Amino acid sequence: MKALSRVVADVPPSGIRRFFDLVSRRKDIISLGVGEPDFATPWHVRDAAIHMIIHGRTTYSDNRGLPALREAIAEHLFGRCGLTYDPTNEIIVTVGVSEALDLALRAILNPGDEVIVPEPSYVSYKPCVAFAGGTPVTVASRAEHGFRVTPEAIEAAITPRTKAILISYPTNPTGATLTRPYLEAIADVARRHDLYVISDEIYDRLSYEVDHTPFPKLPGMRDRTLYLNGFSKAYAMTGWRVAYAAAPPEILDAMVKIHQYTMLCAPVVGQHAAIEAIRNGEPQVDLMVADYRRRRNLFVDGLNRIGLECPLPDGAFYAFPSVRATGLSSEQFAEKLLNEEGVATVPGTAFGECGEGFVRCSYATSLEKLREALDRMERFMIRTNRVCGCRSPVERSMTNE
Amino acid sequence: MSYSQSPIPGPIPAGFHEALSILEQDSRVSPAEIAVMIGKSEEEVRAAIAQFEAAGVIRSYKTVVDWERAGDERVMAFVDVKVSPARGVGFDDVAERIYRFPEVRSVHLVSGDYDLRVAVEGRSIREVAFFVSDKLASLERVLATATHFLLKRYKEDGVPFVDPESDSRLDVTP
Repeated sequence: MKALSRVVADVPPSGIRRFFDLVSRRKDIISLGVGEPDFATPWHVRDAAIHMIIHGRTTYSDNRGLPALREAIAEHLFGRCGLTYDPTNEIIVTVGVSEALDLALRAILNPGDEVIVPEPSYVSYKPCVAFAGGTPVTVASRAEHGFRVTPEAIEAAITPRTKAILISYPTNPTGATLTRPYLEAIADVARRHDLYVISDEIYDRLSYEVDHTPFPKLPGMRDRTLYLNGFSKAYAMTGWRVAYAAAPPEILDAMVKIHQYTMLCAPVVGQHAAIEAIRNGEPQVDLMVADYRRRRNLFVDGLNRIGLECPLPDGAFYAFPSVRATGLSSEQFAEKLLNEEGVATVPGTAFGECGEGFVRCSYATSLEKLREALDRMERFMIRTNRVCGCRSPVERSMTNE
Repeated sequence: MSYSQSPIPGPIPAGFHEALSILEQDSRVSPAEIAVMIGKSEEEVRAAIAQFEAAGVIRSYKTVVDWERAGDERVMAFVDVKVSPARGVGFDDVAERIYRFPEVRSVHLVSGDYDLRVAVEGRSIREVAFFVSDKLASLERVLATATHFLLKRYKEDGVPFVDPESDSRLDVTP
């Protein structure tokens, strides 16, 4: 047989995949490794979808998505974010942000074009750039900057082949968000070097500290931004696979061209569900956001108490504590914690090399499980620190030092 | 006149409604945890809860029990009661005569054909029926009653009486 695609072969296997295999062999674990809400889709949304199924609304939709959904998205973007997009030619409904990202990259990249990808970040970004024929150029963000990528670091990575910057905030896995000054500086870099900006804002509603600033809102950025968002995280609708992209007509037409041949349309029952979610879902979203915030506060407080240093993350539902105090690498820590205490986390290195020394913990799980996970992690920390000769803050306080 | 509004003994603390929401969902969450969750000190939360209790904002801490599953047969009926109101007190005096019976779980004044909706609990249908005919229907100014025996509990106080759905998420996802 002839060799398979070189591009595919060259992309390394997912660091999360290996961990998934380790975890799935075990029973009775508490998983902090889940990258999706623990809430079920709000009932009114499920109920609306059932209604549509009963009435046989199960055909293809327009390539760009149901007109009613695009109108609802346009109104939502204007009402919540102050963004003006024309639902007829500037919005496309996609199969999750995953597809929107793929379309965005394929619409703008020529072979060899470079895309700047800050890390640690979502595991799909680099492979998707490669699959689209581009070259990902990673830029590390550091804990000392709160895992916010600095404009200087981005600028230093720019070459004549650079075509776009791919940002996402609040960020999976760190929970960090980009505040207005960072965004303005990135906008300035994009303007000066004439770059596209792909902005994945799927976690925008899960912002607990600062008001989220959508990237196209920055002066001059609407024309060069491919804005990606969806329903998975805020409305707890991961499995429905419905998201959207908004961009100026020329860019969007290019995305539609790919989408119409590869996907035809996003799942239509999911599109009907999304209309219900976007029209009537805000009270439920507010309740879920309030709940995540409480769990974040409780969980991160617990991490710091047991000696896993972790600043309060701005958004999403991830904490990204440092495990350096244990002397273990990210992988060693996650594997030992899984084997000894049955708590699953994801090594920071799965999200980029600069994630070394950190693990991702999702607090999208029940309070009881978070409390139990913290108890187990505390036992683990006390044991680990005894082996390495240092003592945790908990132990010190127990002996009144 | 115990059914009139009693004056509130202390100020109702502002900015602690989130603490109430948390306790309404789960009254076992400790003041220390609530404090961390809402970004206040434990002392502030303790003081606010004490004030809520004193002001009658927090009425009680209870547990939702599925007695049927516990193997304890109880009979519950919702009794609609039509009352002729009296000048000055409306329905309040009759409502009080009713809610003081320990068999009565709840009393609400409602709109519609009947005026009071009363939940009555007893050990047998006979006991509940006797209570309605002997104690409720015979009250002065009670014009009519309609008794609905509870056949099955689906949800109570916001809690579904079924086993929670299992978590179908994969253990590790990106």
